[in-house]
Amino acid sequence: MLGSIIAFLVYLFILTYLGYLGYKHTKNTADYLVGGRQIHPLIMALSYGATFISTSAIIGFGGAAGTLGMGLLWLTFLNIFVGIFIAFVIFGKRTRKMGHNLDAHTFPELLGNRFQSKFIQGFAGIIIFLFMPIYAAAVLKGGTDFIQSHFGIAYEISLLFFAAVVALYVWMGGLKGVMYTDAFQGIIMFGAMIFLLIFAYNKLGGVGTAHEQLGALYQNADVQPQIEKLVKGGFRGWTSMPALGTPIWWSLVTTIVMGVGIGVLAQPQLVVRFMTVKSNRELNRAVLSGGIFIIMMTGVAFVVGALSNVFFFNETGKIAIAAAGGNDKIIPAFIKTFVPGWFGIIFFLALIAAAMSTLSSQFHAMGTAMGRDFYQKSLGKKGNTILITRTSMLLAIILSVVLAFLANKLDASMQIIATGTALFFGLCAASFLPAYLSALYVRNISTKAVVAGMIAGFSVGIFCIFFVHEKEAASLQLCNLLFGKTSIVKDTGLAKLALIDPIIFSFPASVLVTTIGYFVSKNKNSESHINNCFNGI
Amino acid sequence: MIGISDPWIVTAYVLCILSALACIIYGLLNWNKGAGDESSQMAEEARWEEAETKINETL
Repeated sequence: MLGSIIAFLVYLFILTYLGYLGYKHTKNTADYLVGGRQIHPLIMALSYGATFISTSAIIGFGGAAGTLGMGLLWLTFLNIFVGIFIAFVIFGKRTRKMGHNLDAHTFPELLGNRFQSKFIQGFAGIIIFLFMPIYAAAVLKGGTDFIQSHFGIAYEISLLFFAAVVALYVWMGGLKGVMYTDAFQGIIMFGAMIFLLIFAYNKLGGVGTAHEQLGALYQNADVQPQIEKLVKGGFRGWTSMPALGTPIWWSLVTTIVMGVGIGVLAQPQLVVRFMTVKSNRELNRAVLSGGIFIIMMTGVAFVVGALSNVFFFNETGKIAIAAAGGNDKIIPAFIKTFVPGWFGIIFFLALIAAAMSTLSSQFHAMGTAMGRDFYQKSLGKKGNTILITRTSMLLAIILSVVLAFLANKLDASMQIIATGTALFFGLCAASFLPAYLSALYVRNISTKAVVAGMIAGFSVGIFCIFFVHEKEAASLQLCNLLFGKTSIVKDTGLAKLALIDPIIFSFPASVLVTTIGYFVSKNKNSESHINNCFNGI
Repeated sequence: MIGISDPWIVTAYVLCILSALACIIYGLLNWNKGAGDESSQMAEEARWEEAETKINETL
C-alpha cells in the first residue's frame, strides 16, 4: 500500500511538472502552434493513444472477454479499422478543415453551423449532456473496480477517491493540448499492456499453447457446471464464437462489437480532437500510432481477459467470472492474483492515466454541450454562459459519480461497463452519424432531412432502450411499470427482438429517414455558405 | 497454428494484426504528406485557437 501511495505521488508530481513545462513553453497561441509543429512524432503518437483508450476498454471490455471469450477481438478489429483508419482518413481530415472554416469548437457546433440550425446544435448538446454521463460513469466504474480489488478499499470510498483525483486533474485545466503530459500517460499505458501480453503468453507456454489450453477448458468436466447457464445462452467456449442467433451471440455481435465499433465514429469528444490537430500530416501520422496503440490496448486486454480463465482455473478450479466475483472484476482480480506486485502499481497508474485523459475530454464535452451549444447558441442567451458551463460540468461530474455508484448495485455477472459504454456509443451513432457524414460529404442535403434523421435515430434508439432491448429495459423499469413486463415484445411472436441491440434498429432508421429527406426536401442553405463549408476540402 | 480452431476467431485475430499493419503502412507512406501551406494554415489555426482559448477560459 505504501509503495502504491509513493508511486502515485511521484506520478502526480511528474504530471504537474510536465504540465508546468508545457505551459511555460506555450505562452501564446503562436508558441503553441510552433510547438505543435516541432513536436516529436513519437510524443504525438503516445499522446493520441492516451486519449483514445479508457478504463472502460481495459477493465469493462477486458472483463467481457473474460466471460464471453475471444470473439471480442472483432471489436478490436473495428476499433482499428473503423475507429482509427476510417475515422482519421474519411472523417478526420474533412472535420478538421470544415471545423476551421466554420469556426466550430464542439461537435454540436460543427453540425449546427454546417446546417445553419440552432435546433441541431441544441438538440445534439442536450443528448450529449444527458447521456454522456452514462459513458463517464462506465469509465469511472472501471477505475473504481480496480482500486477496490487491488487495495481492498470499499467501492464507495474508492469511487470518491478516484472521482476526486479526476476532478483535480480537470480542475488543473484538463491539461488540454499539453502533449508531454499525454505522452507520459501513453508511455505508462503502452508499457503496462506490453508487459501484460508477454507475461500472460509466457506463463502459459507461448501463443499456441495458451490458446489451446483456453480452448480445452470448455470441455473440462470441472468447468461444465460453472458454464451451464452461459452454454444455455449460446456460449461455446472462449476460443469460439457463440452459437449463431443465441442471446449471447446477439449481445456480443450487436451490442459489444457493432454498438461500440460503429458508434466510435460519432463520439463528440473524439470529433473535437480532429479539430485541434495541426494539419493533415499529423492525422496521417496518427493513423500509424493509433493502429499500434489500439491493438496493444484493446487487443491485449481482450486476449489477456480471455486467457485469465486458464490462470484462475489452474489456481482456484474456477473460471474467471466465478473466481473474480463479477464480470468487471476479472481484470483487477487477475492483476492482483497473478501479476507481480510492482506491476500492480504500474497498472494502477496506467488505468488512472487512461481514465483521466478520457474523462477530462468527456467533462469538457458535457460542459460545453450545455453552456455553449444549448444555452448560448441554441437558446441565444448572452449572459451567464460561464456560470452555466461551469455548473453544467459540475452537474455532469456529480451525475457520473452517482451513476457509477448505482451501477455497482446491478447484477455483477452482467457486463455493466461494456453495456453502459455501448449504450452511449449506439445512441451517438443513431443520432449523429448520418448527420455527420452528410455534413462532410453531401453538399446539397437539406437541414430538414438531417433534423428528421437525427430525431428518428434518437427516438427509435430511446424507445428500444426503454421498451424493447430487455437488458436495459429491465434495469430501467419503465416498461415493467407501464406494461407489466421487462420488454414489450416479451411473450409475443417478436420476442427475439428483445435480444437485439437498439443500434440495429435506430441507426438504419436514421439513415433511412435522412435519405428520404434528401430526396423529398429542398436544400435552402445558400451556395456561398456551402462553398465556405467546403472551402479547401 | 495459433491454437484456435474456430475460423471466426482466427479471422478476427488475423484481421486485428493486418489492420494494425495497414495503419502502419498508411502512416509511413503518408508520413510527410498533408503538411500543406504552413503560413496559411498557421493563420487559420491561430484564429481557431484564439476562439478555443476563450472558450476554455470559461471552463
